[in-house]
Amino acid sequence: MTDTLTPPAVAADPKLQSKIPAGPVAEKWDAYKGSMKLVNPNNKRKFRIIVVGSGLAGASAAATLGELGYQVDVFTFHDSPRRAHSIAAQGGINAAKNYKGDGDSIYRLFYDTIKGGDFRAREGNVYRLAQVSVDIIDQMVAQGVPFAREYGGLLDNRSFGGAQVSRTFYARGQTGQQLLLGAYQQLARQIGLGNVRLFNRTELVDTVVIDGRCAGIVTRDLMTGEVASHAAHAVVLCTGGYGNVFFLSTNAMACNVTAAWRAHQRGAYFANPCYTQIHPTCIPQADDTQSKLTLMSESLRNDGRVWVPKNPDESRAADQIPEDERDYYLERLYPSFGNLAPRDISSRAAKRAVDSGRGVGPLKNGVYLDFAAAIGRLGFDTVWERYSNLFEMYERITGEDPTKVPMRIYPASHYTMGGLWVDYELMTTIPGLYAAGEANFSDHGANRLGASALMQGLADGYFVLPYTIGNYLAGLLNKPIPGTDHPDFAAAEQAARDRFARYVSTKGSRSPDWFHRELGKIIWDYCGMERTEEGLNKALGELPALYEEFQRDLRVTGDGASLNQTLEKAGRVDDFFQLGMLMCRDALERRESCGGHFRAEYQDEEGEAQRDDEHFAHVAAWEWTGDPMHATRHQEELEFEAIHLAKRSYK
Amino acid sequence: MSHHLQNLVLKIWRQTGPNDAGHFESYRIDDISDEASFLEMLDVLNERLIADGKEAIVFDHDCREGICGTCSLMINGQAHGPQKGTATCQLHMRTFRSGDEIVVEPWRATAFPIIKDLMVDRAAFDRIIEAGGFITADTGGAPDANLIPVPKPVADAAMDAAECIGCGACVAACPNGAANLFTSAKIAHLNLLPQGQAERYSRVEAMVDTMDQYFGSCTNHGECEAACPKGISIDFIAMMNQDYRKAKFKNRKALART
Repeated sequence: MTDTLTPPAVAADPKLQSKIPAGPVAEKWDAYKGSMKLVNPNNKRKFRIIVVGSGLAGASAAATLGELGYQVDVFTFHDSPRRAHSIAAQGGINAAKNYKGDGDSIYRLFYDTIKGGDFRAREGNVYRLAQVSVDIIDQMVAQGVPFAREYGGLLDNRSFGGAQVSRTFYARGQTGQQLLLGAYQQLARQIGLGNVRLFNRTELVDTVVIDGRCAGIVTRDLMTGEVASHAAHAVVLCTGGYGNVFFLSTNAMACNVTAAWRAHQRGAYFANPCYTQIHPTCIPQADDTQSKLTLMSESLRNDGRVWVPKNPDESRAADQIPEDERDYYLERLYPSFGNLAPRDISSRAAKRAVDSGRGVGPLKNGVYLDFAAAIGRLGFDTVWERYSNLFEMYERITGEDPTKVPMRIYPASHYTMGGLWVDYELMTTIPGLYAAGEANFSDHGANRLGASALMQGLADGYFVLPYTIGNYLAGLLNKPIPGTDHPDFAAAEQAARDRFARYVSTKGSRSPDWFHRELGKIIWDYCGMERTEEGLNKALGELPALYEEFQRDLRVTGDGASLNQTLEKAGRVDDFFQLGMLMCRDALERRESCGGHFRAEYQDEEGEAQRDDEHFAHVAAWEWTGDPMHATRHQEELEFEAIHLAKRSYK
Repeated sequence: MSHHLQNLVLKIWRQTGPNDAGHFESYRIDDISDEASFLEMLDVLNERLIADGKEAIVFDHDCREGICGTCSLMINGQAHGPQKGTATCQLHMRTFRSGDEIVVEPWRATAFPIIKDLMVDRAAFDRIIEAGGFITADTGGAPDANLIPVPKPVADAAMDAAECIGCGACVAACPNGAANLFTSAKIAHLNLLPQGQAERYSRVEAMVDTMDQYFGSCTNHGECEAACPKGISIDFIAMMNQDYRKAKFKNRKALART
């Protein structure tokens, strides 16, 4: 065991070429577009592209590639592309439109995103993201997304965490739903026209690499269990993040890491797996049967005051506790930002309050978010008008009326900034294999700002990938590619069949969900909001043991030849185990605190994250070597030309 | 403080595949926290079934926060169960009492064939959208977003329609198995907006004609609106019918000119 925990050799890797164009940051994307290779419209139909996933990134990429004339196959494990979890985003989407005239600009969105990510993202990628953000809003409005409007009919904006301007476009509390439906409708049009073929209820189970190039994928039909091969000139993974490794998260139940992990096992480097975002305002776990956690929009902190009782033995109801026996800890610790401190900082403060024994609620696992003062100041009607949707949702879930009893909240796993390593063209270290949206690592550094996930998914799918993929495909024109009769496809199919047969035949005593829960507890305790060398080493001791038990004692009932949700889950949990080990190793090796990665050893005297730019201003990209405990760590140095590295302060 | 429900009797529809006749099976379950959601109660039952070496009950679900529209279930004969404006995934066990008998069935509609147990195939909804539930606007050609002002009441009404989550409760609740509420919500969302005017009449005709291939006819029962977890109004059906009539005239005139 000990040999895996010594720092791995740092190797300069020829595969980690970011391909950022030379020149000033504001001119890089234009320079790229001016020099990239193009595919003639009549030749586009000669290329087949596979898109896996139908969320914002996948649907927008598949639709756009279909419009351009490529042959596109899109795969989703859902019954319909419209179900993807982008749909659950509440708050909004950022864009540097400066419609409010409040001093916003592409540069400012770029700067806020780099700073929000604690200076751990690539300048070139982030600047491009800010540039195309304005095109996204134009595109989505043209498609009929019913964004909120002013009385004059122009678009409305709201402000969001980590920014001093109002640049967030929104559609009630359902911006993700409306954007996804917009992209889905555009995709549906291409499906209806026959330009895109849809494979629903079909899950990726392997990626196939032949002669160093991604040649296609192997899938499993969830209805019949049939395993099949699909060859293509290029494959795009838009398969989301891995937040469900924690078991309890705000992700949907089916969100998983399998596609990204299989790509990793076939040679794609996995970058910064320890960068996970814990969202501060979710409804705390109510009992042991809880299956997921529900987010309450961050906007509630505009009027809610966060507090816990000063006395750990407090047993009175909230309204019986006098003012001087309450600790409004965010207001006390961060007087200038108060209850609006950024996500990672608020999350850690809540954890410390609960860990000190002052948690509230039946399980003492939450903190109060109290609207009594706001109702007293503004009146009930005003507060109700602002938050009624959220209050009603809270009451549906908890049975408590938050206008009478303070809301209880606690942080939960929400988003993963890490993911497949990609270059400026969104290509992984496997030529011909791309990753877009949350599945890649590229734009959010160590912490994502609110309303930026929707922006990145659509930027990648609409305005980046459709350009960059042509630069690769142009070189394949009129060259034969391996078909599904190639023996490597057959071998990958057999490996997949064997894997699913093994889950069924293990016939142990524990369900996939049981193992997932146990895995999640370890990751949450040791690789959650606060990490230590000791805890991570402990996790790296416990995880292989539990994984070994999983392989020995798993029980999957039913068979592999028909619809079997228990079997699907087993495959996903298997991959989460391996990813979990890599996450802990990455967290251990990153001996600094930055953004969502907080190592208790690296904090200043006020308890704030302490970066180490001298040693860690780099991307950690992990190479598969047959076992996550022995993966090799490579580094891509981050170069800051436009922005000076600075301490990220919100005091 | 949570308390636990005892002696719940669940009568659940089990069906091994599309061609199996299917039947109800009864399960007794105890110690269910009233903090648990309905689907978490089914999770507990499934864990028990797996422990007993039996196949878990198949049901569709995903986001569990009432927005993806994947979950379904007829609970005691009501689509998404007894709580108004609530999808099954946000229904909680505090709605029930110890000793209750709860009947759980899949959506029942000819257009939604049963796949297994409680899971049905709602692909017909996708076919309706593919027929015209979009605005043709290829990526890249859009003008600046503020060049198209949309009056706030229009944007709000379009948003009211666009809130549809595509779950199919409207079809399951309808005695005719009609999909008029789903189809009209999408048509209204796009036909209300200025961006949607160019295709207004071709859209309504294509979508309604596709709907008619799969689903039954609307006879104004209004069950759909009552069952809709998002409270979509049947006024949109009236709007769809009006646009459809106009479309038939306009498209006939267009034909006559050719």
